[in-house]
Amino acid sequence: MLEISGLDVHYDGVHALRGLSLTVGQGEIVALLGNNGAGKTTTMSATSGLVRPSGGKVLFEGEDITGLAAHKITSRGLVHCPEGRRIFSTLSVHDNLLLGGYLVRDQAEIKRRIDHVYGLLPRLAERRAQQGGTLSGGEQQMLAIGRAMVTGPRLLLLDEPSMGLAPLVVAQVMELIADINASGTAVLLVEQNASAALKIAHRGYVLENGVGTLSGTGEELRSDPRVVEAYLGGS
Amino acid sequence: MTQLVWNGLFVGSFYALVALGYSMVYGIIKLLNFAHGDLYMLGAFSGFAVLSALGGVSAAMTLPVLMAVLLLTMVSTGLAGVVLERVAYRPLRGAPRLSLLITAVGASFAIEYGMRAATGPDPRVYPVRLSGTSIEVFGARLTLQQLALIGVALVLMVGLNLLVTRTREGRAMRAIALDPRTSALMGIDVNAVISRTFFLGSALAGAAGVMAGAYYGKIDFLMGFLIGLKAFTAAVIGGIGNIPGTMLGGLVLGLLESFGTYWLGGEWRDVFAFGVLILFLTVRPTGLLGERVTERV
Repeated sequence: MLEISGLDVHYDGVHALRGLSLTVGQGEIVALLGNNGAGKTTTMSATSGLVRPSGGKVLFEGEDITGLAAHKITSRGLVHCPEGRRIFSTLSVHDNLLLGGYLVRDQAEIKRRIDHVYGLLPRLAERRAQQGGTLSGGEQQMLAIGRAMVTGPRLLLLDEPSMGLAPLVVAQVMELIADINASGTAVLLVEQNASAALKIAHRGYVLENGVGTLSGTGEELRSDPRVVEAYLGGS
Repeated sequence: MTQLVWNGLFVGSFYALVALGYSMVYGIIKLLNFAHGDLYMLGAFSGFAVLSALGGVSAAMTLPVLMAVLLLTMVSTGLAGVVLERVAYRPLRGAPRLSLLITAVGASFAIEYGMRAATGPDPRVYPVRLSGTSIEVFGARLTLQQLALIGVALVLMVGLNLLVTRTREGRAMRAIALDPRTSALMGIDVNAVISRTFFLGSALAGAAGVMAGAYYGKIDFLMGFLIGLKAFTAAVIGGIGNIPGTMLGGLVLGLLESFGTYWLGGEWRDVFAFGVLILFLTVRPTGLLGERVTERV
C-alpha cells in the first residue's frame, strides 16, 4: 500500500534521512521506532508532502506521490496526523472535525463520519462547542485522531500520539488506533513509547540516524535484545 | 449632532471596508499589507476609467450605474490584489516578517508611482457626484445615494462576516490563520485560499475607492497612502485579524474623526485619528474586540 524506497531528506545542510526504505501493507499497523532526531517525523513529513525529499521514491497504492503538495496527497487518502496534535486551538471541537472533512463534498457523508467519531469518543461530543485549545492533552489527541478519521484515510500516519499523556490515556489512544485499524485502515505509527506501540503493531522498523537498522514483526522486535536494551528500558 | 453621527458613519463605513482587507490579510499570513491602501486607489481609478468610458451619467441613472461600476471595480481590484500577492508576497512565504513588511512598502510605492507614470500626477475630477436631492433623517441632511452607499457597505460587511464564520471557505481561512501546515494536511490548498482572501480584501478596498471618489469628487495617485494608515488604525482599534472588530473599528474611527473635526477643527482630524491609534497601541493593543485565548498546553 505504501512503499518508501531510498528516501533522502536534507534540511539546510543536515542529512536527516539517508536512503530509508519501508513498506506498509493493506490493513497493517506498522510501528516506526527510534530516538529523538532519528528521522521519524521527517519520514512522516516527507511521505505526506510537508517536506520535499531530495531523493528516493514514495509510492502510495502503486502511484508515485514523491514531492506532491500535501493537500493533494491528503486527497488521495493518505492522511497525516501530525506530531504535537496540532488542534486548531481557537476553533470549536466541531469546527476542527469539519475541517477534517474539508475535502468531502457530500454534507450527509461528513455528518455521518462526525457522528461516528462522536459515537466512539463521547467526550468530544460533550465538548463540541468548546474551543479545541481548552481540551486536556488526551482529549486533544483524541480530537486530532478523530479529525483525521473524518478525512477518511485508507492509510493513516500517526506521529507520537502518546506524547505527554498519562499511561492510562496512552492505553486508550492505542486502543482507539487498534479499533481504527480493525475497520480496515492501515496505520504507520511513529512512537517513542516503543512498548505501547509494539503491543498493537503487526510489524515495526527501528530508525537510527536516518537509516533503518532493524525490522521485524511486533513480536520479534519486542523480544530482540537490541530493542529491549535501547527502547524498552532493559530487563 | 445627528449630522455628525451620519457623517462619521458614512466615512467610517468605507474605512471599515478598507480595514477589512487589511485585517483579513494580516489574519491569514500575518502581513501588514502596506500596499492595501493603494488597492483602494486602484479601485477609484478603475471606477474612474469605467465611468469616463461611459461618457457621463444622467442624473436619474446615477445609482444603478454606480452599482454596476462598483461591481466591475471590485472584480478588477480583486484581481489586482491576487496578482500583488502572487508576484510580491508568495515568493517570500516563510521569509522573516521584516522582509515581507519591507516588500509591502516597496509594493505600495510601485503601485503609486506606476499609476503616476500611467496617468500623470494631476488629480482627476470624478465623473459622478453624490449630490442629488437631500432628505431629512433624524434631523440630519443626507442624500439618497449616501444612504445607498452605507447600505452597500453594510451588505458587503455582513456578507463577508457570514462567509468567514459560516462557510467551508471561511473555515479554511480561519484554519490557515492558525496553522497553515496543518491546514494543508486537511486537504486545503493553502495558496489558493490565500489568493482568494486577497481577492476578497482587495475587492472591498476597490469598492471603497469608488465610493470615496464619488463622495469626495477628486482622486489622485497618492490617495491610498493616508487611507491605508487610517484603515490600519481602524483595524487596531477594533482588533486586527478580527472581522466584526475591524468593522466596528472603522465605524468608531469615522465617528471619532467626525466629532474631532467638529470640536478641534478640520486641520486636527488626522492628528486626532493617529493619536487614537497610539492610545490603543499603548493601552489596549488587542483592540476593542480582540480577545486573548485561554490555552492549555
